[in-house]
This record gives sequence, structure tokens and C-alpha cells, in this order.
Amino acid sequence: MRPLPHLFMTEAVALLEARDLSKSYGPVQALLSADLVVAPGEVHALLGANGAGKSTLVKLLTGVIQGDEGTISVRGRELRVGSPARAARFGLAPVFQDPALVPDLTVAQNLRLTGADARAVAQRLAEMELDVDFTELTGDLPLPLLRMIDLARALAREPELLLLDEITAALPSDLAERVFAVMHERRERGRSVLFITHRLKEVIATCDRATILRDGTAVATIVPQEGGEERIVEYMLGPEAARAVGEAIERDAQVMGPRDADAPAALEVESVSIGHVQGVSFTLRPGEILGVAALEGQGQDELFDVLSGERTPDSGEIRVGGRAFKARHPYDAIRAGLVLVPADRLRALLPQRSVRENIASPRYNRFSRWGVINMREEGRRVRNAVESLQIDVRAGRQVRRLSGGNQQKVTIARWLASGFATLLCFDPTRGIDVGTKRQIYVLLRRLADDGGAILFFSSELAEFPLVCDRVLTVFGGRVTAELVGEAADEATLLRAMHGLVEDEAVA
Amino acid sequence: MSSAPATVAPLRRAPELRRLVRRHGWTIGVYLLLFALILYWRSQTTLPWGPFDVQSLAIDALPLAFAACGQAIVVISGGIDLSIGSMMSLVNVVSARLMVDAGFEHALLISVLLVLAAALVGALTGLTIVVTKVADIIVTLAMLFVLGGAALWVLTIPGGGVPAHYASLITVDTVGTKWLPAAVLVLLGAVVLLWATVRRLRPGLALYAVGSKRSAAYLAGVNVPAARIAAYAYSGAFAALGGLALSAASGLGDPHSGDIYTLNSVAAVVLGGVSLLGGVGGLIGPIAAAFVLTLVKTILIIKGVDQNWAQVIQGTLIVLVVMIGGLAIRQKGKSGG
Amino acid sequence: MTAVPESARRRDLRRALVDNPAVVLTLVFVGLFVVTDIVNRAQSGQAFLTPKQVSTTFLYAAVLGLLSAGQTLVMLTGGVDLSVATTATASAFFVSRYGTEGSAKAIVIALGVGLAIGVVNGIGVGIFRVNALIMTLGISVITLGILTVEAQKQFTSLVPNDVVTLGSGRFLTYVPYDLLVWAPVSALIILGLRYSGLGRVIYAVGDNPVAARLAGVRVWQVLLVVYGLSGLLSAAAGILLVGFNNAADLGIASPFLLPSVAAVVIGGTSIFGGLGGYAGTILGALILTVLDSLLTILNASQAVRQILYGLIILALAAIYARATAQSD
Repeated sequence: MRPLPHLFMTEAVALLEARDLSKSYGPVQALLSADLVVAPGEVHALLGANGAGKSTLVKLLTGVIQGDEGTISVRGRELRVGSPARAARFGLAPVFQDPALVPDLTVAQNLRLTGADARAVAQRLAEMELDVDFTELTGDLPLPLLRMIDLARALAREPELLLLDEITAALPSDLAERVFAVMHERRERGRSVLFITHRLKEVIATCDRATILRDGTAVATIVPQEGGEERIVEYMLGPEAARAVGEAIERDAQVMGPRDADAPAALEVESVSIGHVQGVSFTLRPGEILGVAALEGQGQDELFDVLSGERTPDSGEIRVGGRAFKARHPYDAIRAGLVLVPADRLRALLPQRSVRENIASPRYNRFSRWGVINMREEGRRVRNAVESLQIDVRAGRQVRRLSGGNQQKVTIARWLASGFATLLCFDPTRGIDVGTKRQIYVLLRRLADDGGAILFFSSELAEFPLVCDRVLTVFGGRVTAELVGEAADEATLLRAMHGLVEDEAVA
Repeated sequence: MSSAPATVAPLRRAPELRRLVRRHGWTIGVYLLLFALILYWRSQTTLPWGPFDVQSLAIDALPLAFAACGQAIVVISGGIDLSIGSMMSLVNVVSARLMVDAGFEHALLISVLLVLAAALVGALTGLTIVVTKVADIIVTLAMLFVLGGAALWVLTIPGGGVPAHYASLITVDTVGTKWLPAAVLVLLGAVVLLWATVRRLRPGLALYAVGSKRSAAYLAGVNVPAARIAAYAYSGAFAALGGLALSAASGLGDPHSGDIYTLNSVAAVVLGGVSLLGGVGGLIGPIAAAFVLTLVKTILIIKGVDQNWAQVIQGTLIVLVVMIGGLAIRQKGKSGG
Repeated sequence: MTAVPESARRRDLRRALVDNPAVVLTLVFVGLFVVTDIVNRAQSGQAFLTPKQVSTTFLYAAVLGLLSAGQTLVMLTGGVDLSVATTATASAFFVSRYGTEGSAKAIVIALGVGLAIGVVNGIGVGIFRVNALIMTLGISVITLGILTVEAQKQFTSLVPNDVVTLGSGRFLTYVPYDLLVWAPVSALIILGLRYSGLGRVIYAVGDNPVAARLAGVRVWQVLLVVYGLSGLLSAAAGILLVGFNNAADLGIASPFLLPSVAAVVIGGTSIFGGLGGYAGTILGALILTVLDSLLTILNASQAVRQILYGLIILALAAIYARATAQSD
């Protein structure tokens, strides 16, 4: 009767075992009884589309946030993670995309702050052939180098499990190679790595197993080499999304046709440079949706900042409807008809105010409108916008109580209510559900058909062929290719986004 | 892939001197300004100028210097303490009440206890901020009122007193040179004892870390609430020292003696090169700034400016300093965007 | 009182406070009035709950009500104005300084001074992005210094009769004249916040300045107007106050600084801005005025009042912070 768990469990004892992890943020269920098992001595990938719950899972494992339900154990010992410091004592060492280094302290002080052994860290850096001056302020060092320092610090602790949270994103390829070498070395020494990334090729090349998350749940744990990227993508998207994608493509095929190329351009960008952006040119016509595809940090942020009036370009020329455009404040851009839907909804919402006030807010950005409000006119415009976007306003007294998808619709609705010429959509579907995403695709197409011009950036490559007439890929601040919408499949985009395609037809 | 160029070239090490200037240029500038003001001051006095003048400047500046130290530590940790002025008033009146008939040793003991008690009250303020999640500025504003009320409760009008020897702590002609005033020695002693010993160690670095980037500090395993509470405890302790300096300098307790130091300490901190965004600076700069602000008023009065106008001009300078500080933050925000 | 657990009851109270502040605050006001009545009967055998005392409460409350009107607007934008009391003092001083030249001129000068102080605050906070607390505190110190210099000059000080009537008189036996200022101003602010474009951008700037900017609102313009209005309203309060006291000294308005913040906080306006309104502040001002009467009856010192007001601000800020966090 008496079980001898020790004897036959030893082999099966996982290094890390997370069971039934759940976490919700208000109405948003980020994780729903997700499981993850990492064996000793393996490199394990954690995959999922944006908003599938990867980062929530990593934050739970490393004690950054507290879960609602579920257990985490390390070598069979339950770990009640309360803080990053506690997770570290259990042998978990995370390296985040945004390094845990304090900018106003020197490298050496940062190491002392965490009680890291400076000599061990220096040695790790030397092994990676990196030369770091420990007396520099970390705020003065480039981001890729900071990630490598953070990695070296984690390694100096000789962790059981190294968690790499998208650290290869926007990492130059030579540094990424060094990260892969480290992962390899960990496996050789019987230690484990949990590797979170968007780049499926990296997963196939380096990982033993992969767990795939979708909508907060682990849908599969697979050997990535079997079935390749296609199978992973299938798991990541799920049947529902695959169907939605299919329908959208069908519908697009009917609507999309050759645009009137003679119509005057809504927006002309001519050799604009700012920050990472180096001499980007393109033309956007009314009725057209132009996609911008790029890996993180290739200059798309700066480009949208310039067009929305947040920053002024270092050089180059922008024309709106044929007229020179120069903005010193978002107000100037809005007056010119250039309006922004930012990726981070919190940047565009008045969380404590009502749906109506949020949608009407751009109406009062001018001194001359500070008088008595025409409530009937305002009500009419807001109602129209709410109806055409199908916003659920039941919790509309305070926008912060709406779901993410409804909030995103509100950020678009305010431009419908106030009118615009060119809509700048920066990752408008980040972190919202498939159904709402589809509504947004349809809406964008309708706006374009009504004569609006739309510049569209997305971090989800699958959206480009669904939404766009044309797609520009940007790499290293330059346009590397121009593709027709239908041709912009994931593989082609990825190659161009890595600068692997030099297209002669660049506009 | 292997042909890809090395993207992180070995960093060229900046020459030590240039980096020193880049990191501490502001502080050096404040000291140069102080030096220039002292020279100007000397040229403007008609009477013979000597150690006595330096000593009286040091005594005048001592309360503000302490207030600036406390404020600097809180600002470095990413907060702001508006209750410093009231804390100084409160310690001033309590010490004047308790010490009025006390002997010298007894007065010293009371001083130590008051500094500890003030640190505890400061810690409570910090705890309130951390627990209630109400903004630093509101909690310390409420504390400004509460502690100010407590000071009025202890002494409604100026009164009390300190032992004669107690005042000599900061006025006595000290050891060795006449040019190094006792007040400066007291100040340096307190700063070394309370701050310099801790600053480079983990607890001190944690204060900088939570002010510089709270999320990164948390991820790095820093106990963020503890660090923030500690900053306010420091502020309480330094404010108490400032209050005791007021007692020693005036020999009296006055429930409004500390009022001006809330604003002036913020100005000294900004002028002393501590960013209101947190994470940057030290105590050396704010101390010099405290002397500069005090000296400006002294010089104005020597130049025959009415006492009240001197106050107005000093106040205007303070507001301008803070405005320029605000502009600097704005610039940084723009370029760092 | 019976089966409901203590914690749940407290939470309900908090929710009620956040969802219907006006109802709860009116109850508090009435309750406090009754308590004061009981205490007064016990101490002096006289009733406090009389038409005369109600009228007096409104008469007193008008000054605080106007001071905290400016404070409300500023706090809705996420700032705070610590110069309201000094601005009122300056206005009171200039009314008596130019009282000999006619009440109209004196009042215009006083309002002009208030507006100027407010605009300077607005420039500092809106354009130079100085922390509101520090800017307004600094301007307050400077203003008081200038007033001290001015007060030493030779002049005939006179509070015009019209101003005295306005600040202390009553008509129809019970209606204070100062309500003729306070009531229309209140109506204008309450309706303006709800039905004017300026009201919308004030809430927008306070709720999320980044979003307001992305909607094309030039935040500095809003702040300039709001601080200007706060200066103007504080000056109006100063005029009523000097009429009530019939003389100006440089400490005339300083006891009102804390209550002006407390009234806004009691009224449910978020310290972080973007939420609240003036109706709650009016009730806050009335509550504090009755509380002040109660403390006077109880012979409480200035010290006790100051501590009490500080604690009220702290406690209510914490309660509102909790309640808003819970209602997510």
C-alpha cells in the first residue's frame, strides 16, 4: 500500500512543473489553467501569438506578478513565488527583453545591487567575447549590450533554469548567435533553458521541445523539428482564427482591385530621416491601405511619431494632399488630417471618463470650441461612431471598465466622429480577441473604400495580406521591399524584414 | 551569419577626467558658483572680512543644508517630501521645550532621541505612502499640516530654550583652523555617519535603483517598499538635525521656524544637481546649493536691499531654479523619447 | 448592524461614497449639524440648529467655497494650488489699499492681481512643467514677500461699504449677500464642467495628459486657463473675506489654505485628476464650516484644527484610492 514515490518518481521529476496557472486582469483572462513542464537538461521553447499569455506566464514563474490559481514546483518542491528575489533562490534566473538593470547606476553598482559576483560576470562576458567597462553607467550603454550583461549576470548565478524572454528580439545576429551558444552550453551541462521567442526558425534550430500557448492555455507540447513551422503556426492560430483568416481573404479578393493611380496622394513621404529611420520614401493614396512591416526597433516607431506630430524629422519632406506638412504638436497633424491609433491603448484613452467623452475628445482640442457644447451634434456623431464600430457601451460610464477590444474600438471611433484624411494605425489589434480583430479588418477596408487613406503597422505578419493593398518592409531604417498585399505572406515578409531581399521596385 | 560585422564594438573607454566632468560637472559648477559668490561677498563687505563671517554663513546655512540632505535622499529615491519644513519646526519646538532646563549631556541625549523619533515618523510617512498607494506629494502634504499642527500644539508662540553649551556646538571656534566652522564639521560628521557609509553598499544603491527605474529595480530583486520607506526615514532624521540646528542657532523654539524650508530644500536639491525624476545626484551638490541660496540673501542684505525684498528676490530665484529644472526634465523627456 | 461583517459594511460605505458622493456628503453635513446642535445645547444651553445659524453657515462657507472652487478646477487637472490663500490675502489687501478710490476700482484691481498670480502659476506649471505644488508654493512665498513690502508703505486703508455689505450683510433676514456671488459662480462651474468644451478638456488633461495631447489638446493652454481661473476665484474669495472682516491683514486668508484642499478631497475629486466635480466640493466646504463651528464651540486650538484637517485629507485620499481600485 505504501507508495515509494521517491524510487520511481526520480526519473520523472521535472525541473520545473507549472500546473493550472490562471491569471486575469480585470475582465481579461490572460492565462487559463496553463501547464508547463521543463525537464532537466533541455532547451524548451514557449511559443504563442501576441496576447496568448507568454509574458504573463513568465512573469508568474519569476515572481513578478502573483497568480490567481495553480502551482509551480521546482524539482518537486512547491515554489510559492512572492518576488523576483525568491524565484532566484529557487534557481530560476530570468533575462527580460527589457533588462533588469538600473540606468543611473554603473554596471558594477548594478551587480553589487543584486549581490552578483562581479568577477564571475566578467568571466562570462569574456567567454562571450564582450568587452564591458564596469564603471560605465548602464543608461549610457546600448540595449543589446545590456541584455548580454543581464544574461551574464544570470549565468554567474549558475541557475537551474535560465528564462530568456524574447531577448533575441531586435538583437543583432552576431549577438543572437552568442545567445544560442550559451543555450547549447547550458544543455551540455545538464541545465535547462526556457526560451521565449517569436522567431520560429530559431526554435527549430535550437530547441528540444516547445510548448505552445493560445488564448491563455497550453494547447500542445511538441518537438519543433517534427512538422516544422507550419505545424507550430497551426497550433498558434487555432481553428477559429484559421477560419477567420480564410474568410477575410475570400472577402478581400472581391473588394481589392487596382486603385486609381492618378488620384492625388493623401500622404507623400520623401527621404525622411529621424532616429533609426534613414531616408524612407513612400506615397499613400486615398482609398489605399499601405502596410509597414518591420521587426522591433527598425524605425517604425519614429516614423509614426513624425507623422502624428510627436516629433519633427531630422531631414526629408512630407506632403499631405500636395501641401508641405510640418507639425510641432499632434494638433497640427490632426488639423492636416493625420490621426493616430497607437498600439498602447492607454496612451489614447481617458480611462475614468465615459465612452461619449472619449470619442468626442478631439472635438474640443481648439480654443474656439471651449464654449458651450452642442450636445445634440455631439450625441449624433458619437452614436454614429459607436454603431458603425459596434462598441458595447454597457459599461460605458468609465472606459477603463470596457474590454480591451472595445477600448481599442473607442480609440478608432474618436477619429470616425471627428473626421480624418489619413489614419495611422500602429499595431491596432495588439492583445485583442480574434472576433474584434476581424471587425477591425473589415472596418479598415470600409474606411478605405470610403476614400480614407490608411497606414498600417502590425506585429502580426498574418494580418498584412488580409488588410493591405501594398506592404513596405523596413529594416535598419530603410525600405527593403514593396510587396503587393496578396503576395505578402509570412515567409516573404520575414525574409524582407530581415533585409534578405533587395527589391529593385522600391518606390 | 558568421560574416556579420561585430555590432557591439569594444567600447572605447572615455578618459577618466572627461567622464568625471560629464557625471559631476553640475556639482563642480555649483561649487565654482559658491566660490565666486564668496569672493564677491568679500569684495562687497566694507568691514574687515574673516573667519567670523564664514562661521556666521555656515550657521545660517546649516538648517537648510540638513533639510536639503533629507530632501535629496527622498528625491533620489523617486519621491518628494513636503513635510520637511514642519518636521523641522516640530523638532525645534520639542527640543526647546525639553532642553530649557536641561544640562548639556542631557540635551545631547535628547537630540539623539529626537533624531531617532523623527526617523521613525518619517518611516511611518513612507509606510503610509507604500500601503495606501496615495501619491507621495499628497501624503507628505497632509503630514506637512499634521506635523505643523503638532508644532503649534507644543508651543503656540516662540519660547523655550537650550543650554548655553548646546549653541556652542555649532558656534565654537574649533579645532585647528579658524576657517573651518564648527557648523560645517557637524554637517560633514552627520553626512558621513548617516549617508556616506551606506551610499555605496546595497541599501544605498537600492535607494538610487528605486528612483532610477522602479520596475528594473524590482526585477533585479530590490525590496522596493523597504527602500522607499528608508528614504523617508532618512528625510525625517535629517529634518530633525535641521530642527536642532535651528534650536542651537536661535536658542529658541518657534512653531513656524521651519516653514520656509520645505520649498527651499526642494530648490537646493534642484540647484544641487539632483533630478526631480529620481535616481541621480548626491548630497554634496545640494549642500553647496544650500550655502549658495543662503549667501545670495546675505549678499542682498549687505547691498542694502530691504529684508523683505531680499526674501522676494530669493524666492524668485528659487522659482526660476525650479523652472529651469522643469525645462531640463522636458528636454530629457524629448530626447530620451 | 447585526449580521453584516464589519469589513463588508466598510466596503459598502466606501462604494456608496464613490458612487453617490452627494447623497453621502449631504447626510454627513446634516448629521454634523445635529451633532453640533447637541454639543452646543450641552455646553451653553442654546440651540445651533436654527435658521439664523444655517444662514450664518452659508455666509461663512462662501469664502471657503470660492477658494476651493479654484482648487477644484486645478485638482481636476491633476495639480494643486497652494497659492489660493495668499492670492486671497493679496486681493483683500488691494481692496483695502485702493478702497478710498471707490469700490469698483478696488474690486477690479483685486481681481486683476488674482488673475495675474494665477497666470504666472499657469506659465510655470503649463509651459515650464514645474511641479504644481512647488510652483504655487514658491509663488505664494514671493507674493507674501511683496505684500509685506507694500504693507510697510504709507496709505489710507479702507474697506468700501459695498464690499462690507457683500461680505457680511444679509437680505430678506436670512439670505447672505455673498450668496449672490457664490451661487451664480457655482452654477457656472458645475454646468461649465459638464456642458462646455473647456470642461471636457479639463477632465481630459487630468485623466490622461498623454491621451489629451494625442487628441490634439494643447495641455499648456488648458493649464494656463485653469490656473488663471483659480487666481480669479481666489481673488473673489479675498474680496468677500475682507468685506466680512472689514479690515485686511497679511494673515487674513492663511487659515483657509488647508480647508480649501480638504473641501475638494472630501467632495470626491480625485487627487490624480480627471474625476469629480464642484458639487461635491460645495458640500465639502459646508461640512468643514460646520466642523469649524463645532471645534470653536469645543474650544479647539488652531493646532488641533490643523492636525485634524491633515488627517482628514490623508484618510479620505486613502479611502478614495482604495474604493477606486476596488471598483475595477
